[in-house]
Amino acid sequence: MIGMNHYLILSAILFAISVMGIFLNRKNIIVVLLSIELMLLAVNFNFVTFSSFLHNVAGQIFVFFTLTVAAAESAIGLAILIILFRNLRSINVRDMDQLKG
Amino acid sequence: MSSMHLYLTIILAPLVSSTLVGLFGCALGKKLSQLLCILGVLISTVCSVMVLNQVLSNGLYFDGPLYTWLTVGNQTYSVGVLIDSLTATMLTVVTSVSLMVHIYTIGYMAGEDGYTRFFSYISLFTFMMIMLVMSNNFIQLFFGWEGVGLVSYLLIGFYFKRESAIFANLKAFLINRIGDLGFLLGIGLVLAYFGTLNYAEVFAKLNEITGQTFLGTGWNVITVICLLLFVGAMGKSAQFPLHVWLPDSMEGPTPISALIHAATMVTAGIFMVARLSPMYDLSETALSFIAIVGAINALFLGLLGLIQTDIKRVVAYSTLSQLGYMAVALGCGAYSVGIFHLMTHAFFKALLFLAAGSVIVGMHHEQDMRKMGGLWKYMPITYLVTIVGNLALAGIPPFAGFFSKDMILEAAENAHHHGLYGSSFVVFCVYAAVFVTACYSFRQLFMTFHGEERFRHAHNDHHGHDDHGHHGPVEPHESPWVITVPLILLAIPSVIIGWVAFSKFVPGDFYQNVIFNADFFKEFTSEAMTKGELSPIAMMMHSLSTPPVYLALSGIIAAYIAHKSPAFVAAIKAIFKPVIYVMERKYFMDDLFINLLAPLGRGIGKVLWSIGDVLLIDGLIVNGSARVIGVFSKIFRRAQTGYVNSYATFMVLGILILLTFCTGLILH
Repeated sequence: MIGMNHYLILSAILFAISVMGIFLNRKNIIVVLLSIELMLLAVNFNFVTFSSFLHNVAGQIFVFFTLTVAAAESAIGLAILIILFRNLRSINVRDMDQLKG
Repeated sequence: MSSMHLYLTIILAPLVSSTLVGLFGCALGKKLSQLLCILGVLISTVCSVMVLNQVLSNGLYFDGPLYTWLTVGNQTYSVGVLIDSLTATMLTVVTSVSLMVHIYTIGYMAGEDGYTRFFSYISLFTFMMIMLVMSNNFIQLFFGWEGVGLVSYLLIGFYFKRESAIFANLKAFLINRIGDLGFLLGIGLVLAYFGTLNYAEVFAKLNEITGQTFLGTGWNVITVICLLLFVGAMGKSAQFPLHVWLPDSMEGPTPISALIHAATMVTAGIFMVARLSPMYDLSETALSFIAIVGAINALFLGLLGLIQTDIKRVVAYSTLSQLGYMAVALGCGAYSVGIFHLMTHAFFKALLFLAAGSVIVGMHHEQDMRKMGGLWKYMPITYLVTIVGNLALAGIPPFAGFFSKDMILEAAENAHHHGLYGSSFVVFCVYAAVFVTACYSFRQLFMTFHGEERFRHAHNDHHGHDDHGHHGPVEPHESPWVITVPLILLAIPSVIIGWVAFSKFVPGDFYQNVIFNADFFKEFTSEAMTKGELSPIAMMMHSLSTPPVYLALSGIIAAYIAHKSPAFVAAIKAIFKPVIYVMERKYFMDDLFINLLAPLGRGIGKVLWSIGDVLLIDGLIVNGSARVIGVFSKIFRRAQTGYVNSYATFMVLGILILLTFCTGLILH
């Protein structure tokens, strides 16, 4: 029988994968964006799990909000990425170190 | 008008006129500026005379604060007024001489650049001097003290395009710094030991402090304080060895030489010691120091007057000598006699200076006496007042200077009987100085007003003081009335003030509870009083059987002989050649200051600058702290890679660490 724990572990694994995606990825900035999306989805997964098991619909409503925000955020992220690419002619994370002190 | 308003008027009238003329002089124009300044000082003078009148008639005494300036801890510093007989005397002398000088300035400075600036300065000076004499505490005294010093600096450098004037005013300023350091330390010690800076409170506490010794030494506190304060007086009152600035201050226009460098400012030190007489009376060491310094001034600096050729410098050295006399009077415990001489000197010396200025104007701004001579025909009024001034200076009865100077001689002898340390030297000096005084003052008179009319063939290549671009032989002329009237008005007190004021100053109790003459001087005066020797007439009768008058007369005769026979002078010069050389170099005091002490000071400054400033403060503290931060940031900036993912890593790690700690804390 699949219980709440399984769902939560799945979502934690998803979250950990996405965090690692951000941490370890040194090549592709698009992967970073994907990882952020994945991170949000993992959180959504948590929401849905709790909503379902605790019989409270508020969690699922939050998911809608999160998805909307995530969509807007990825739109902005991609837009920035395009401008970045225009200027740097590269999507390599290594080249993007202008914030260095 | 309440008395408080009267005092405020005395103080503020010159300040207001000075400020108005100083700020809006150009807009007001010359006529209105001079009118404003003279009006301000006139108001002050009238009010001062009113105060003096009240003091004379009903013994007015007032000591109170005007307003609180600041409070530090439980110390309150207030601007206050002390009105007693001493203040009233000083106020009257200062304001009346200042008024004469204001009027005189119209004639002397006519057509000069900076006419309104000059008026603004002398009114400001009058204000500062009034603050000085009216104060009832040390802080205000110091304010006035520095204020008059500042105006003196500004006025010596009045012709600021002339290099010698700039040198002279810097010299005056720096030498006065030395004195003021001592003065400030003295004030600091007063505050430390007495816990107050108010005169009355300090005097009330004197008994507690007497006998205490200065931190870690065997010195008497009172002696240390008195000596330090007198160092300040040595700077301001041009006592040896801090006198070197006064002769050079003659670079300033003559009216201020009369007002500041003869009549009033330079006597501030004498006034201060007289004001603090209860304190000075407790320290015989300080008194004998003052007397010896004064004696050196009186004789040795007076001697320098004999070899000067600049008409103003003769008067300047005579001022030094007379300041020495005043200091001797103070040192001999006869403070009121010192103030007596201060007053008579203020009148006759201002007169002599202004007369010298009148000669300078008449000679078209020529100051060299070798280019004068025979002026008496051309400038009769100036000639007559100069004779009056010189007779008063030489101490010929019944002119003003006779009474004050004779009393100083008596005081010195009395101190000698009492056994004051070094008093035999003092007595010798003051007696010899009588001869010297008469000699140089009449030498000046003869050189300027008698003999050959040397200005006729003096070549006019001299582009010295106040040069008007004048060429060709000059024709001397008597000065306008704005110059001669103040001269005549000053000549009157120069004749009579000694006679009139004698009873107030010497035996009388006009200064009771204000100036505390030393006990041995009081015994002397009361003894002389009972014998009836202390009246102007008795003094004059007595003087015929004592040396001073004959010394003065022989001085005059010596000057006359020297005037009539140049061969005699040449012979004396040949005999005393090395002495004359030393005197021409002013006892090497200028060389000492300029070639030894100034480079020494600069050297110390340079060492302190290179070690203290450049190395320690700039190198270690300021730049050093910046460098330390630089080193640290060089290490820590490595953490700032600029990559988003490493920032994110740090962020998550940070959150994890925080969570760990927080949950740990919550679980506890």
